[in-house]
Formats: sequence, C-alpha cells, structure tokens
Amino acid sequence: MASAVFRAPSLAEAPESVRRLPPFTDLPLFHVRPDCREDWKAARLRKNALGERKANDGRAPIGVEGGIVLRFATGMAEPPIDAPDTEAVAEASRAPINADLSPEAKRDLLATMIRIRRFEERSLRAYQQGHIGGFLHLYIGQESVATGTVSVLGEHDHFITAYRDHGHALAGGMSMDECMAELYGKATGCSRGKGGSMHFFAPERHYWGGHGIVAGQTPLGLGLAFALKYKQIPGCCLCFLGEGAVNQGVFHESLNLASLWSIPVVYIIENNGYSMGTSEARSSRFSDHLASRAEAYDMKWETVVANHIYTVREATERHARHAREHSQPVLLEYKTYRYRGHSVADANSEKYRTKEEIEHYQETMDPITVYRKTLQEEGILDNEQVQAMEKAAKDEAAAAAKFAEKSEFPPVSSITEDVYWESDQPERTSGGRLFF
Amino acid sequence: MPEITYRQAINDALAEEIERDENVFVMGEEVAQYNGAYKVTEGLYDRFGEDRIKDTPISEAGFIGMGIGASMLGLRPVMELMFWSFSYVAFDQIVNNAAMVRYMSGGLTHVPIVIRGPANGGTNVGATHSHTPENFMAHTPGLKVVCPATPYDAKGLLKTAIRDNDPVYVMENTLLYGNKGEVPTEEYTIPLGHAQVLREGRDVSLIGHGRSILTALEAAGHLAGEGIEAEVVDLRSLRPLDIDTVLASVARTHRVVLVDENKPFCGVSAQVSHMIQEEAFDELDAPIRRVTSLDAPAIYSDPLEREQLPNPRRIQEAVQQVLEDAPRAAG
Ligand SMILES: Cc1ncc(C[n+]2csc(CCOP(=O)(O)OP(=O)(O)O)c2C)c(N)n1
Ligand SMILES: [Mg+2]
Repeated sequence: MASAVFRAPSLAEAPESVRRLPPFTDLPLFHVRPDCREDWKAARLRKNALGERKANDGRAPIGVEGGIVLRFATGMAEPPIDAPDTEAVAEASRAPINADLSPEAKRDLLATMIRIRRFEERSLRAYQQGHIGGFLHLYIGQESVATGTVSVLGEHDHFITAYRDHGHALAGGMSMDECMAELYGKATGCSRGKGGSMHFFAPERHYWGGHGIVAGQTPLGLGLAFALKYKQIPGCCLCFLGEGAVNQGVFHESLNLASLWSIPVVYIIENNGYSMGTSEARSSRFSDHLASRAEAYDMKWETVVANHIYTVREATERHARHAREHSQPVLLEYKTYRYRGHSVADANSEKYRTKEEIEHYQETMDPITVYRKTLQEEGILDNEQVQAMEKAAKDEAAAAAKFAEKSEFPPVSSITEDVYWESDQPERTSGGRLFF
Repeated sequence: MPEITYRQAINDALAEEIERDENVFVMGEEVAQYNGAYKVTEGLYDRFGEDRIKDTPISEAGFIGMGIGASMLGLRPVMELMFWSFSYVAFDQIVNNAAMVRYMSGGLTHVPIVIRGPANGGTNVGATHSHTPENFMAHTPGLKVVCPATPYDAKGLLKTAIRDNDPVYVMENTLLYGNKGEVPTEEYTIPLGHAQVLREGRDVSLIGHGRSILTALEAAGHLAGEGIEAEVVDLRSLRPLDIDTVLASVARTHRVVLVDENKPFCGVSAQVSHMIQEEAFDELDAPIRRVTSLDAPAIYSDPLEREQLPNPRRIQEAVQQVLEDAPRAAG
C-alpha cells in the first residue's frame, strides 16, 4: 500500500482544556538508594512449630514402578498448625516493638481483634437474614495477622489484600458502619455499594483493596511499592495473599520483578491451610516451607506461627523496616487458620477437614484467647476490661448493622458513575460517547 | 510542516511527555537498551536513562499489573506491549484490574496508565501474533481505546492519552510505523473521541479505524476513477466514540460500508453498524455492508493473508453491492 501523506488539521482543533490538563501529582523523581543487600542467607530463619516435619510427606507421586507413575497420592490434609510457638512468642514479647507498647496500646490491639470478630459474626447473621448476598469470606481465626501487621505500619506505608478483606479494613481504621453498609450494598458503603465484601478500599488510609481474583493483587502491591521507590518516599507496601494464591503465575512474575528491581514490597502469605476445600498439601509442592520458594528469586523469606499478635508484629516490623531501609522485597508466610467455611456459602466446611481439627485450633491457638491470656499474665487486663471490650464491639457491630439497614440503596443513576475519572468531572475533556 | 514517520511521531510524543512530567516513564520488553522491538523508543534510553526508560523481563501480567499499581499512586506509566497479541497473557490485569478498581472503590482509585503497541495482522507472522483486540478492550467500561492511523494522530492522541486520568490503550500498527505524514513542530494534543473525515464524497460512507481506514482511502481513490465518490471517516478513537460524525456522514451519503480489521462477530464494526441503524435508520437507503477480516484465525501464507484482511478490492466490491442495493439517481 502506498504510504499516504496526510495534511495536518489546524491546532485550534485541540481544546485548551486538554492542553491544560494538570499533571496528576507533582513529586520528585527517585534515585536508586545505595545497594545495601545483606547476606540474608546467614540471617536467622525462624522455624515454626512444624519446622521438623517433612513438608512433603505423603504427597509425592507414589507407586513408581519401572519409571511409570501408577497413582498419585491424594495427600490427606494435616492440621496446618498443631501447637503455639511459645519460644517465639516469648522472644517477640521482649522486642521493642511490643515491649515498648503502653498497656493501653496493648489492650487496643486486643480490642481491634475483638471488633473484627464481632463485626464478622454480625455480618454472618445479616447474611443469614438475607440482608447480604453474594460471597462473604470470613476472616474469623486470622485476626492476629491483619491487626498485627497493619499496626506496625508507618505513615508512608501502604497495604493491599485479596477478597478476605474485612479484617484488614477494620485494622486499617475503616469504620464498621461504612464496611457493613458496603456488605448491604448501600450508598453509604465504603465503595458506595459498588464493590461488596471482596472489594473494600480506603486509599486515604493507604488501603488499596480488596481484590477478588486470586493473586490478581500481587502485581498491584508491587506497583504501589515501585511508585514509592520512584518517588523516593521512604515507605513499603504490604501485599497479602492466601497460600492458595502462590501457584498463580502472576505472583511468580511479581516475585521476580520485586527481587530484580529491589522493590520494597512485603509479601505476606496468610497460610490458613486451605484454599476453598483444597488443603495446602493437595495444592503446593515445596521444600522446607512454602515461603522458601522465595529462594528461587534470591529473596528473603520467613515462616512464622502467626496466632500470637506479638510474633506477627515483631516479624512484620523487622521486615518492613528492612524493606524500607534497604529497598528490598521479602516473602513472609504467616501460619494461621480460618474457622468458618471458605465463604459462608461453603456448605462443605467440615468435609475437607475434621471438626476436631477446627476445635483443637480454637482451643489451643485462638488469637484472641491467646493474647487475652498474655495480657492477663502481664497484669494489664482484667475481666471487666475484657467484658467492656466485648460489649463495645458487639454494640458497635449492632449499630453498624442498623446503620446499614437504614441506609439507602444507591440510585440507579449511580450505576454509570465512578467508571471513568473523566465522566465524573463537571466537564468532559474528550468528545464522543463514553457509554453505550 | 515537516513530514515524519508514524514511528518518529510516537517517539516524539513520548520524549515530550517524559520531559514535561516527571511521573511519566516508559516500560516494556526491549524498550531501552535494544531501542525497541520496532524501534519506536529509539534513543530514549540514551537521552533519559534507566529510571525513565525501563526494560522488563518477559512478564506481561507482572509488569503491566505493576504499572497499574504504580499508576494508582499517581505515576503515569506508558507500558509498551511488543504486540497487543501478548496482552492475552495479561488479560486479568489489563481488563479486570485497570478497568475495575476505580468502580469497585466507588471512585476512590484512579488508573492513569497508558498501554501501547501494535495491534495488527498483515505481517505474515501467523495467528498468535496477528490479533486486533481493540474490540475486547473497547467492550470494557472503564477503558479508553484509540487507534491512530496517521503520524499526526499518533502523536497527538498519545500525548492526550498520557495526560488522561483514565487507562487509555493505544493500538498502533507495525505496517504504519514507516508511513510519513505532516506533523507540526509546535506542541499539540488531539482530544480523544473525535472522528475525522479524511475524504469527502456523496455516494457512500466508508467508516473504520486504524490501517483499515487507509485501505478504504485507497479504495476510494480507485472508486473515484469509476465516478463513485466515497466519503472516508476515520473513527480514530473507539471509546469514546464520535458517533455524531459518523451519523452526519451517513446523512450525506445514505449508504454505508464499514471497514474493520476485526473479525466480523462482535467486532467494532458490529457495534458501529448497530448504532447507525438505531440512530439513522431513516437515512439508510441500503443495508449496511461490512468488510472485515475473514472469519478464521489469521493465516500465515502471505497472499492469502492479504485476501483475509480488508483490501481495496473487497472494499470496492462491497461499495458496488450497496450501489446495487440502492442505485444512485440518474443524472
Ligand atoms: C483466578 C481465580 N481462580 C479461582 C478463584 C475462585 N477462588 C476464590 S478464593 C479461592 C481459594 C483461594 O485460597 P487462598 O489463596 O488460600 O486464600 P483463602 O481463601 O484461604 O484466604 C478460589 C479458588 C478466583 N477468585 N480467582
Ligand atoms: Mg488459604
């Protein structure tokens, strides 16, 4: 085809508004900080309570005969964790990040975990009453992770997670009202009723959601951390994912990029033992620990029993600090457990694991019970205070449900709002139709 | 006005925007040290350094997702896809994340990212490398899609795309990179959503985007030799879509042939056709005809691929068909 030469139209065609479109932000460029990569392999890698267990027991292809695999092991689920890591808890309690907390601040952490649990129990009731539909993934049992991690974040840090996101939202300071209203699909919800349970956002609190696609958030967390580095902001980004998400390709792409470019992203696998009805043993093959896959990317990692908030805070603070100061990524694995089904619609929640397994965890490992005991042993918490916390959390959750119930649904006209930045402005900058 | 190539026009747009705004950076496979797989970014690495022009590993889902995350914090990444065909491995990021986070956050999150690269067949490279996914992208509310056909448009639309606060996907064409056209030396931008009449005519409207519209222009030249005056309308931007310019042309000619490198089923022309019949039914003297890529994966064999894509001969045949359907008044 002949390459035609085109006459350019006059410049007057471009409206002033387009040329005047201001830069979105105005921040300085970054320069790569001096590379202070430490010899992390020499660094202490804490073993969890199952550290001695052979991680792959019973899940190799078995029945190999003459090079032919006759059958595959189905890998019966093992209880994800069977004992608290008391030594680690004692050590973590002496770390300044915990030891320096005022009694009041220590009690606040407990109050936050209790608030998360009561909020979710109340939301479950609302679901059962038919006020909430869709998916509702409860975080109950995992409260120490969100509460502990988010509590050590600094003013420049950010965080992002998957769809089991209520705990992170409340730990990050979002109100029960806006969260409950979102579950009800009301206009007063944190996402104006457009996101639902899996998509809570609070960018002003540095909380970037709430993401429904397994591992879909893992490059976004990387990008947030990349932006911090680009703008020379001394922060890091915590990016949470489930242990079932580690087998997604995009997560591995993200790990490689994070390590290749020294991005201050702290990946936190919340290993609750199951992805829907599939135990970790039936979905992942690894040596040592799941997080040790980081070694393939020359990245620091650590596995921590996470039912005690002190260990979570100690490990998160240490690694977040390292990420900020050295601009390095890390892969953390927090061993935790969920009590409820994958979502409340999961009718099989006691089929792929035993009732005893759940009860055993609740009795020995429950993050709220365990931490309450710690504070009582430290002599800074009495029963009255616990009861007051419980009552306050229940009242707050009940009030949130009432608020949600009373709130209006968003108007139909709002369906096409919040789609484009441009169409939400008083004046269009482009021509033509944006909606069809 | 100087004439420069489509490739140079994009290169100039990138350089100007990088200079103008420190939040703008270019990232993609082979964009920096190799100077670009199609040399679109040639010289930028030497000029701006590795903080602004960054080579990535072959991880489209990873680095584009990363760009989306970075744009949420206010950066303006311009991500190059070596081919838009490779967007398919990053579909979740490109469609699910870039387009949805603003909505799902109730308008609290913005994604001012640009993804650009060639999206075309006709280069004899087989089906996996010949996709034209502008219809997939434009299908998705939250995304903006432009398909410049000329150097002037390539530069002006890309500059606007970079300044836009929504995700804008720019579909270029490897067969156009060497084309030359007039581009002003003074700075200019072209607002999205403005179609352009490339040639006026009263007998039939040829409407399309990207390289197809240049093919239509060529066909219009041949048709003129036969006494048929075809009007040629370049959509330039698919979302937003300037349907008014299209409808005005239909009102002048009353006959329509849509030219589209997309496949026919659910392609861009299917949507345009629908809108014309809905909004200008009374203006039509004949059924709307389409010349699209023939409905099979892109064939490798060179002469057949030319036949599979819209070409001047097929366009002329379609025009003859609509003129048979609705003959021009004698005299
Ligand atoms: C790409 C994708 N595939 C499948 C699903 C369906 N799904 C949602 S959650 C889930 C299990 C994930 O488990 P895990 O990562 O361990 O997180 P957890 O639910 O335990 O918090 C699955 C399969 C999905 N949302 N996205
Ligand atoms: Mg899990």
